[in-house]
Amino acid sequence: MSVQNQKLDMLALLKEAGIAALIAAALALPLAGFKTFDLNGTLTVEPRFNHVLIAAVVVFFGRLLISIGQKTFLPPIGQAAGNTAGSIGHIINKNKTLLLVLLLAAAIIFPFSPMANRHSLDLAVYVLIYVMLGWGLNIVVGLAGLLDLGYVAFYAVGAYSYALLATTYDLSFWICLPMAGIFAASFGIILGFPVLRLRGDYLAIVTLGFGEIIRVILLNWYEFTGGPDGIASIPKPSFFGLAEFSKRGKDGLPPFHELMGIEYSSLNKFIFFYFLIMALALITNLFTLRIRKLPVGRAWEALREDETACRSLGINPTNTKLSAFAIGAMFAGFAGSFFATRQGFISPESFTFIESAIILAIVVLGGMGSQVGVVLASLLLVLGPEIFRELAEYRMLAFGGLMVLVMVWKPRGLLSNRAPTIRLHNEDPSEQGAAK
Amino acid sequence: MSDQSQEVSGVPLLEVEHLTMRFGGLVAIGDLSFTAMREQITALIGPNGAGKTTVFNCLTGFYKPTEGRLTLHHPVKQEKFYLEQMDGFRIPQVAGVARTFQNIRLFGNMTVLENLLVAQHNNLMRASGFSIFGLLGLPNYKHSEAEAVELAKHWLNQVGLYNKADWNAGNLPYGDQRRLEIARAMCTRPQALCLDEPAAGLNPKETLEMNELFQHIKEVEKIGLLLIEHDMSMVMEVSDHVVVLDYGRKISDGTPEHVKNDPAVIRAYLGEEEDEELPPEVAQDMEGENA
Repeated sequence: MSVQNQKLDMLALLKEAGIAALIAAALALPLAGFKTFDLNGTLTVEPRFNHVLIAAVVVFFGRLLISIGQKTFLPPIGQAAGNTAGSIGHIINKNKTLLLVLLLAAAIIFPFSPMANRHSLDLAVYVLIYVMLGWGLNIVVGLAGLLDLGYVAFYAVGAYSYALLATTYDLSFWICLPMAGIFAASFGIILGFPVLRLRGDYLAIVTLGFGEIIRVILLNWYEFTGGPDGIASIPKPSFFGLAEFSKRGKDGLPPFHELMGIEYSSLNKFIFFYFLIMALALITNLFTLRIRKLPVGRAWEALREDETACRSLGINPTNTKLSAFAIGAMFAGFAGSFFATRQGFISPESFTFIESAIILAIVVLGGMGSQVGVVLASLLLVLGPEIFRELAEYRMLAFGGLMVLVMVWKPRGLLSNRAPTIRLHNEDPSEQGAAK
Repeated sequence: MSDQSQEVSGVPLLEVEHLTMRFGGLVAIGDLSFTAMREQITALIGPNGAGKTTVFNCLTGFYKPTEGRLTLHHPVKQEKFYLEQMDGFRIPQVAGVARTFQNIRLFGNMTVLENLLVAQHNNLMRASGFSIFGLLGLPNYKHSEAEAVELAKHWLNQVGLYNKADWNAGNLPYGDQRRLEIARAMCTRPQALCLDEPAAGLNPKETLEMNELFQHIKEVEKIGLLLIEHDMSMVMEVSDHVVVLDYGRKISDGTPEHVKNDPAVIRAYLGEEEDEELPPEVAQDMEGENA
């Protein structure tokens, strides 16, 4: 590559953009170029060439901007040849700490910013639940490589554990939370024992079945779970047993705003939910980051790479897989009990297969094993459909198109770089590609 | 066929007695007995399909033998282990039998160093209090991990991969991968190391280095090595004891010298002169083709 080519060759870029615009126009002509309407009972076609023109112009400038952006911000092709994983992941990895601090700061400031209202906070909580579930499933799928299509079952176990314990025995959220985690983990082990000798597709099918079995039991065991009626008026958590979020206070606890000496606001409760789920999600994340560097975490990854080799090194595959399954399930249980307390009402409707599919999609789209990838993918997958709500019935089309685009652009997920858990030399591992 | 066997002296490490492995009607190994000695290299040779890898799979618990007894005399624990009764993963963990694979099985997306640490899983797992102390970051575990890294460094130096410790194992050149697999097996601190065609695909220089590595392991680590190999010059050079298999049966057993001159071995490798026994019509055909 000569130096000339690396400069902005405007003419070539314009040509490229022009071709793209022509293609767009050709595609837009049959898609958007005609409008049909009913004229005295006959179907008539009216051309709408302005729509075609708009599409072409948008594509022209879009293509031009993308080209200029690529030429300006990306290293020349020769240099990046070793790193086929793509450059956005690379840039993100390089400035990882800065980016994380910024993200976290934004997340902490958000509920106090003018953007915070009932709707946006609810949405943020919704996203964070999926972030947490994504991080939990990442242990099972991303680290241990066990394809689990029934993850939502553990989420349901957690939610029902809290709902039943709280409504039947009047236990507080802070006692039920660890119990829900333990229940979910035991379900993980119960499911794990018979099925973990299965591999790949077979494991996926059995976990899918397990997820459905749990949902069907919840639906049919009317005396215990309330069946399709669900469980209503699940109590809200107190402020760590110190205060209540109602205006008057309850059960002898003072109201939160009095405890803090601030003005009463109905938003307080939602801000608390927001921070609660954020803390739970961050605990999941820190746990995963930490356990990756421990022998069991390395054994999970080794198991994903080659189970036979693991056995030849004296690693007990059953126990190792079970631990991954149980820990993944435990975090789903925590998320489930949070979900139950936030909703105040749960029914089997909330735990259908589509939930499992979305969580798995978050993990795969984020890049298997990548923690930041899960956040980006949850934003995309959960906020995406919300943002496209304006498009009404085209919403799912846009959503699907977006997913296809991401998978074409980054077939191994948004961020697929794996960071080593331990280093002997202090060099950048990304040099490896260049060295090869 | 025990008449062709020759006694090999040494301290027994691994005794194979009447090992038989059947897959349905196929007898992969038939009544095989031999003894591998401590601090010796025992080579298992034979034509393709002779059942050599099956012997390894039985020894390392990947197959349960149909019949027979596999006894490991553990020199440190002063204990006998009956390998045919043990779970696959307990054989390397408790009895100290490690192996490598014919088609290399590394953890390709993990770094070289991580591969060696995974091999020390059981020690580290205990040290990390089954992850509980490790999660809390107690110094006890840090110390054990540092020790594990030291052992890994030792083997990285032995196989010449120290500078590539942070590479992904899958990115290593083929020869390096072969050596890394041996280093990884050695990190489990085995008493017996089973090497399945360790020199396959290596060039002569790399094969020579491999020989030196085996000698080193034998002399310094004082463990027994079992070797499957097709490279006869290598086998004859490094082994103290050679066992020859053909169609799952032992046809010769003894020192390399003994085996090299055994008519049964020559017959198995080169075939017998059977020209006269060809049916007349086949002989005619062949003559016709030649003409």
